[in-house]
Amino acid sequence: MVEPAVPVQQPQSRLLHRYSLVVAVATFFLLIAGALVTSNDAGLAVPDWPLSYGSLFPPMHGGIIYEHGHRMVAGLVGLLTIGLAVAFWRREQRIWVRRLALAALGLIVVQAILGGITVLFYLPAWVSTAHATVGQLFFCTVVSLVMFTGDWWQSESARLELQAIAPVRGLAWGAVGAIFMQLVLGAAFRHRAFGLIPHLVCAFVVTGLVSAAIAAVWLRLSHRPVVKAAALRLLLLLGVQLTLGGLAYWAVQFQQQAPQPLPLPVTITVAHVVTGALTLAAAVWLALCVERLRQPRSAVLAGVPALQLQGRQS
Amino acid sequence: MKRTAVHLLMAGAVSLLLTGCGKKEAEKPAEQPAAPAPAVNPETAGVITGKVTLSGTPPKMMIIRMGAEPACEKEHKQPVHAEDVVVGTDSALENVVVYIKSGLGNYSYPTPSEPVKLDQIGCMYVPHVVAMMAGQQLEVLNSDPVTHNIHPLPKDNREWNESQPPNSAPIIKEFSRPELSIPVKCNIHPWMKAYICVFNHPYFAVTGTDGTFTIKNVPPGTYTVAAWQEKYGTQETQVTVGAKETKTVDFTFKAQ
Repeated sequence: MVEPAVPVQQPQSRLLHRYSLVVAVATFFLLIAGALVTSNDAGLAVPDWPLSYGSLFPPMHGGIIYEHGHRMVAGLVGLLTIGLAVAFWRREQRIWVRRLALAALGLIVVQAILGGITVLFYLPAWVSTAHATVGQLFFCTVVSLVMFTGDWWQSESARLELQAIAPVRGLAWGAVGAIFMQLVLGAAFRHRAFGLIPHLVCAFVVTGLVSAAIAAVWLRLSHRPVVKAAALRLLLLLGVQLTLGGLAYWAVQFQQQAPQPLPLPVTITVAHVVTGALTLAAAVWLALCVERLRQPRSAVLAGVPALQLQGRQS
Repeated sequence: MKRTAVHLLMAGAVSLLLTGCGKKEAEKPAEQPAAPAPAVNPETAGVITGKVTLSGTPPKMMIIRMGAEPACEKEHKQPVHAEDVVVGTDSALENVVVYIKSGLGNYSYPTPSEPVKLDQIGCMYVPHVVAMMAGQQLEVLNSDPVTHNIHPLPKDNREWNESQPPNSAPIIKEFSRPELSIPVKCNIHPWMKAYICVFNHPYFAVTGTDGTFTIKNVPPGTYTVAAWQEKYGTQETQVTVGAKETKTVDFTFKAQ
């Protein structure tokens, strides 16, 4: 069964799509800012929270640049996310997408509270790990909103090759789970909750599952350019991330001899953290692409009034 | 009526129980208050002295880059080096804490009323290693033109993290429990590192530039004396100090 491919994006959906994209990009910069705080050992350069030295704009010098800079970017992303939730609630017709936008708002609130706890309780390892992990979840949620409001999600005609898709789907979601676990273990290592071994072991699991998922896409869905492109992107990011992982190991060893954080190890570890976030987002993107192929367009547009749907199809 | 009787019976039972308990308490021999621990007799006290050295080639002292904080950089005309291993003339090892680890009897030691000072000069902690008694005051000063934050990371004591702007009043703190080597750092200037060692007795000393140390007023006895260095860890040795005796104990750490 093949549905007709019809471009359906309405101006308001396009607006939500672009807005989500802006929030996703801002979140990416927030992840960089957060990673810079940890790599520069500046997590407690500002000892109070939510204000910084009792003000909104303390004198910026030394480690305060990283910690307060992170808070400023976080504040911007927080405001953008409030706007996102309001915009989706008012403009989006699919209730599950509206709820996802609300979930993004909930996540950013949780993230801010975790950030505050981590400062006020002097970086407890598990709270700092949770702070890093929720950041990744938030990023993936916003990236999902980008996909759900995108042209392809709303217009792709599904061939409903359920049998062909089933193993790809399992592997794609398995890769998402493994990468997420790997990011948790990486954050736990960075914040000294765990040693390095679990993170190293999980790297093999991630490599195996991602390779299997990409191979499955190649074998069964190579005729779907969007899915193929998503798989290629994931493969590329995995390669970069594995290289950065090796370099980050060297950087940590090298840094231990130094009296202060050095620019090169800081750059490598920050790149490793944010490429990890991009890899997770790419895996989620691939899994959602596969997921989309399981649904007829009428299902993914569920919630859009029938009259409007007819209008879109005509 | 019935209810009143039950209440009376219960009251009687309770009073009997209480009387019984009281009798038991009365039968117990009265606990003797613990005799106060004696003070060390200065007439018989001895001295432990010595020198700490480093054997082998000393590690290269890493240069600290203060470029991120121009106000700090301006304070120094010469390059500033990390202080994790500071070796003076004749291989003298500075910043080593030498202390009596065990063997002390049940003596009482008054807590010194003088605070131990930890200053911030040129965006470095001065001194790099501080030793003090539990309950003694630590006075943290900021002689720099920039704000610092002082953040000790103890395991057995309470952690704290306070900022100190230039020209502000000293921060006064105490550590209630003995703890060897509490790292102190400034998260604004990540090269700033110091260590605080807290003891429940006054028998400790920190080696100076000549690597020597002196521990005075030691009661006669046999002790385990330990030397702790932040990079090389701890060494121990046994020493017996007689009445009014001065014993020399030297330590040699091997460069790695």
